[in-house]
Amino acid sequence: MNWLTPELIEIVIAVLKAVVILLAVVVCGALLSFVERRLLGWWQDRYGPNRVGPFGMFQIAADMLKMFFKEDWTPPFADKVIFTLAPVIGMGALLTAFVIIPITPTWGVADLNIGILFFFAMAGLSVYAVLFAGWSSNNKFALLGALRASAQTVSYEVFLALALMGIVAQVGSFNMRDIVDYQAENLWFIIPQFFGFCTFFIAGVAVTHRHPFDQPEAEQELADGYHIEYAGMKWGMFFVGEYIGIVTISALLVTLFFGGWHGPFGILPQIPFIWFALKTCFFIMLFILLRASIPRPRYDQVMAFSWKFCLPLTLINLLVTGAVVLAAAQ
Amino acid sequence: MEFAFYFAAGIAVASTLRVVTSSNPVHALLYLIISLLAVAMTFFALGAPFAGALEIIVYAGAIMVLFVFVVMLLNLGPASAKQEKQWLTPGIWIGPTIFSAALLGLLLHALFKAPSGAEIGLASVDAKAVGISLFGPYLLVVELASMLLLAALIAAYHLGRHEAKDATP
Repeated sequence: MNWLTPELIEIVIAVLKAVVILLAVVVCGALLSFVERRLLGWWQDRYGPNRVGPFGMFQIAADMLKMFFKEDWTPPFADKVIFTLAPVIGMGALLTAFVIIPITPTWGVADLNIGILFFFAMAGLSVYAVLFAGWSSNNKFALLGALRASAQTVSYEVFLALALMGIVAQVGSFNMRDIVDYQAENLWFIIPQFFGFCTFFIAGVAVTHRHPFDQPEAEQELADGYHIEYAGMKWGMFFVGEYIGIVTISALLVTLFFGGWHGPFGILPQIPFIWFALKTCFFIMLFILLRASIPRPRYDQVMAFSWKFCLPLTLINLLVTGAVVLAAAQ
Repeated sequence: MEFAFYFAAGIAVASTLRVVTSSNPVHALLYLIISLLAVAMTFFALGAPFAGALEIIVYAGAIMVLFVFVVMLLNLGPASAKQEKQWLTPGIWIGPTIFSAALLGLLLHALFKAPSGAEIGLASVDAKAVGISLFGPYLLVVELASMLLLAALIAAYHLGRHEAKDATP
């Protein structure tokens, strides 16, 4: 029996690691719905869900039971194939983007040499979830939400990519592990690439359709926007997909700007996962704090802010970074 | 790698056929997106990950979004699907198909007569190599393309501004 070769064992271990990371991300996304409501309650000086179990911790179980047993209703006027496909894209796209994130020196799903580009590709494809959901629902509000979403996402993706090109120019690689190693040897990118961080964070919030960029949903105006016709598990996939987007963007921010699994000033290198998790939690909470504190701007203001402020800022940042890299090379 | 290449190429051909034969415009666009993703996959299999990623980002992620955007606004219903079906009669498609098949035969003949003998997916062309060739031997083409894009940008700006001026009372 020589089928148990070292290569096979390695493959099995890699697959197991990938499955563990997948489950951890999805469970984090599901738990966030409870965490968000508790934190919002805390910040807005009210209770939030606190009845089910200690501190309301079993609220998530109650919500999941409700969602599983709700009727999974497809409207008769909807385009059935695309109506079913949209939530799959919505949850899958940003979940797939998580594969490029190196969690610790030994943990991480895929070590791609086009690293960041893979994330851009998946972020680009995630637009289709909203577009298809809005169109196939055959509903005015859903279509309006989808149109807003696609215009917003296409605008913000332009500088989502440009904001990170400063990092790529400094490191000289798209690979995420190279970027983390470069930060450990030099400075964390939050200092030399501060404007890149600001614009990438704004674009990241816009790509996940989170407050204050939740134009596609805009409960007050559009009565829930693109997922107005969805119910049961399909709606749940949109819901969890949004939280998975938050987790992915937070992990990307940590990896790209805050040194990934390294602690500040290289202290305690024995606990890489703890550092990574702590920093990611911080950014997830920042996403929720944004929702608790900022009002929603008007749609044309969102578009004007993207093209007239953020895009020039990223271009200037990229030019200055390029000049610095050239000057340092000579 | 060879298997991945032929598999993705087969999907690209099949989905492109469905783009032509599908009578629902949005479904046709969905097949076109799949076709572009399959083409990106063939780039990955050929060892050009940078080109593959750009294919997804630019074509599937940006240009096709605009296509879907416009088609969604047109509010095409069952009437347009019926019209599409009427247009897809053999009298219309048989002539172009014969000519295209002749061209395909010529291409296949040329390819099989002098095979390049290159192996699939052994060398990987990374972003740096692409950049060096873009700003080395192909610099003139890059500059010309940038001028063309600038002209398009100015034209789009002009059109948008004109409409905005009309709309204000």
